[in-house]
Amino acid sequence: MKHLLGVDRLSREEIERILDRAQSFAEVGRRDIKKVPTLRGRTIVNLFYEASTRTLSSFELAAKRLSADVVSVKSAGSSVDKGESLKDTVATLSAYDPAAIVIRSPHAGAADLVARWTEASVINAGDGKHEHPTQALLDVFTLRRRIDSLDGAKIWIVGDVLHSRVARSCLLAFQKMGAAVTLCGPPTLIPPGIEALGCEISYDLDGIDEANVIYALRMQRERMGESFVPSLREYAARYQIDSRRLSPRQLLMHPGPVNRGVELADEVIDSPQSLITTQVESGLVVRMAVLYELLAGSDRARPERGPAPADTPTIGQPA
Amino acid sequence: MSFEANGAGGDPAPRILVRRPGTAATLLIRGARLVDPRVGLDEVRDLVVREGRIAELAEPGGAPELEGAERVDAEGLLVVPAFVDPHVHFRVPGQEHKEDLETGTRSAAAGGYCAVIAMANTSPPIDSAAVLGSLRERAEREASIPIGFVASVTRGMAGSELTEMAELRDAGAIGFSDDGLPIANGRVLRRALQYQRLADGVVALHEEDPDLSAGGVMNEGEVSAVLGMAGVPGVSESTMIARDCSLALEEGARIHVQHLSARSSVEEIARAKTAGIAVTCEATPHHLTLTDEAVRSLDARFKMNPPLRTEDDRQALIDGIRDGTIDCIATDHAPHAAEEKEVPFEEAAWGVTGLETAFAALHTDLVLPGVLSLEVLVERMTCGGEPFGIAAPRIEAGAAANLALIDPELTWTVGEEGYESRSQNNCFGGRELTGRVLMTVADGRVAFRQRSFAMGVAR
Repeated sequence: MKHLLGVDRLSREEIERILDRAQSFAEVGRRDIKKVPTLRGRTIVNLFYEASTRTLSSFELAAKRLSADVVSVKSAGSSVDKGESLKDTVATLSAYDPAAIVIRSPHAGAADLVARWTEASVINAGDGKHEHPTQALLDVFTLRRRIDSLDGAKIWIVGDVLHSRVARSCLLAFQKMGAAVTLCGPPTLIPPGIEALGCEISYDLDGIDEANVIYALRMQRERMGESFVPSLREYAARYQIDSRRLSPRQLLMHPGPVNRGVELADEVIDSPQSLITTQVESGLVVRMAVLYELLAGSDRARPERGPAPADTPTIGQPA
Repeated sequence: MSFEANGAGGDPAPRILVRRPGTAATLLIRGARLVDPRVGLDEVRDLVVREGRIAELAEPGGAPELEGAERVDAEGLLVVPAFVDPHVHFRVPGQEHKEDLETGTRSAAAGGYCAVIAMANTSPPIDSAAVLGSLRERAEREASIPIGFVASVTRGMAGSELTEMAELRDAGAIGFSDDGLPIANGRVLRRALQYQRLADGVVALHEEDPDLSAGGVMNEGEVSAVLGMAGVPGVSESTMIARDCSLALEEGARIHVQHLSARSSVEEIARAKTAGIAVTCEATPHHLTLTDEAVRSLDARFKMNPPLRTEDDRQALIDGIRDGTIDCIATDHAPHAAEEKEVPFEEAAWGVTGLETAFAALHTDLVLPGVLSLEVLVERMTCGGEPFGIAAPRIEAGAAANLALIDPELTWTVGEEGYESRSQNNCFGGRELTGRVLMTVADGRVAFRQRSFAMGVAR
C-alpha cells in the first residue's frame, strides 16, 4: 500500500493486516524501551492546516517510536499563512525527500492532491468533512479488543453526521468489518442521500437498545447559529447519551474532544462501558502500524520484517 | 435585427455584434452533407460562398469552378449553420490572464461558433457605457467572430442599484445580466423588469437563492453526502426561477434563464411557458452530459455553478432540449488559470471552459447513442442569439455565410493538442470525442481552420 487516503479504498483484509500489526506494536509498548528502529533515517512530515491535539501528537509519537525523523508544519506561522499554495508547499517539503507526508486539511480531497504532487507516501489525517481513516482504524482496533468480531454487531453513530469526517470513515470501516450501522441525529444534521451507503437512518434514539456500540459525535456550538438545531438544550434532550439511555451491556465511543453535558452526560464518560480513553491509546499503535504498512512494506525498506525488538539495534537501515 | 456584424451590410444603425475587419470569403465547398433543420435542408450539395454570402446550393459536382475561390473537398463531411453561444466569459477587462477577446473568439471559432455573447462579470464589471464602449472598440480590433456584450443589471453587480440601462442599450448592450450572481433582491429585479419598457433588452438571469446555496460547492445529494462537501440543492435554482417568472408575468417583461441544471427548474420553466410568460432558457453541454458522479474524483475541473446534478436532473434537461422547453444550448465558457483549479475542490474557482468541445461532447454523448437527433442539436446550438434579438444563421442563398464544417466521424482526444482558449479547465479534457469542427465561417469570414485540415485542402 502506497498511501492511506480513505477508508473507501481499503479492503477488509488490509484493515485486518494493519490492525494485527498494531496489536504487535501494542505488545512492544508494554516494554520499558518502547522504540523500534524500523524507520531510522527516514523523514516524516506532518502538514497540519487545522488545529489538532490528539491526532498530531499521536502521529508525532508514532513516528518517533519507529525511530523516524519528524517535522511538523502547522499552518499558523508557516509559509501557508503567507499565501503559499498547497502545491508549492508540498513541493518545498518534498525537497527533503520525506518517506511520508501526513496531511490534515480543512478541505475534502487535499490528501489525494498531495499524493499527486509528491513521491512520498501520503496519509490522510483528516480532509475537510470527508474522511479521517486513521481514526476509523483506531476505532475498529479498540472495538476488536473488546468484542472479538464486528461481524453482525449493531453500531449506532449519533450526532452531527453532516459535519463529521469521523462519521464517514467509521461508517465505511464498521461496515467493511461486518457491522450494521445506524446513523442517528436531527434531520438537519444527517446529509440527504447518505443512506446510499447502505446504513439505516434514525431521527431519534428510539430503538437504540438494539445497539451493541453507541458512537457519539462531537456537537459543535457554531451549528446553532446556522439553524441546524434550535439550541444545545433541545439537542441534549433528544440525543444526549446518559446513564438512562446507555445500558450496561452496550459500549460507548467518542472521537473526542467531548462536550460534557451536550452529546454525553458526565456520568457515562467515565463509566465502565466507555472506551474513550482506550481510543486515544489505540491511536498511537494504529498510527505506528499505518506508518509501518506504508513505509516498511515498501521497496525502499526490507519487506517481510515484523517490528524489530527494541533491544536489537539494526545496522545499515536502508534509506 | 440582422445577424450580421458591422461591415457586412449597409445598415446605418450601430451594430450590436462587433468583430474585427476581415476578408470576405469566397469558397466552393464540394459534396458536403448540408444540414439546416430551420430551412428543412438535409442534402448533399455543393455550397458556393461568394464575397461572404451564400451564393448557391448546387447539385453535387454541379457548381462551376469559381475564379479565386478556395475549394474544399467535403465529401463525407457535414456543413451546418455555425453555432451561436449566448453565454461566455471572456474575462476582459481585468482578468486577461484567463482569456481575452482574441483567444476567446478563436476558441469559439474552433468550436464552430459564429457569434458569442459575453457576460458582464468582468473586473470592473460592464456596468457603464464607458466600459462597454472600450470593450466594443477592443472587439473591433481583436474579435475574430462577432461578439455581443451584455451589461450588468446592477451597478458593480452589487445587486442593489440599477445600471443606466437605457444609455447602455444605446451604447450597444445586447441585453442585461448579473450572471455569476443572482439578483437576490426581488424588488431590484422587479424595477429592472419595469425599466425594460424604456431600455428594452432581455434580462438574463443566473438563478440561485444565495441563502439556500450558502457554503455549497457541489450538488446536494448522495455524492455530496459521501464526500462530506456542502451541497447546493436544486431548489436553490428552481425557487428563484418561480419567483422571477412570476415577476416577469406581473411586469409583462422578457427574461432569459441561464444554465438550467435541475429537474425542478425545467418543470418551473415548462409551467411558465404554458402560462404564456415571455421566458426563454438555456442549458450547458456539461449539464447535459455529466452528473455529480464525476465529482467523486474530487477533480476541480468538475466544479462549476450551477453544479453538475444527478442523472435524473440530466434526463430532465435532455427532455427539455428535445421538447423545446429549453430553447438553446450555452457553454457558460468560464476560463480559469491553472493555479485556481489545482487546489482542493472546495477552494477551487467555479467554472469550466466549453467552446471547443460543446459540439463534440453533445454529438458523442447524445447524438451518436441516438438520444438526440442531429437536427435538434443543430437547432439548439444555433439559436442562442434569439433571446437577445439575434436571428439564427441559416444555410440559404443570399444569407451571410455562417457555417461550421464538421467531420462527424473524426475521433480526437480533448486537449491533446492544447486549446485555443488561454485556459485549460475543460471538463472533457483527456476524453475521446467523436466529431470535430474543421472550419468555421463567421459573418462571411473564415474564422478558423483545423491545422491538419487546412493542410489537406491547400491548393
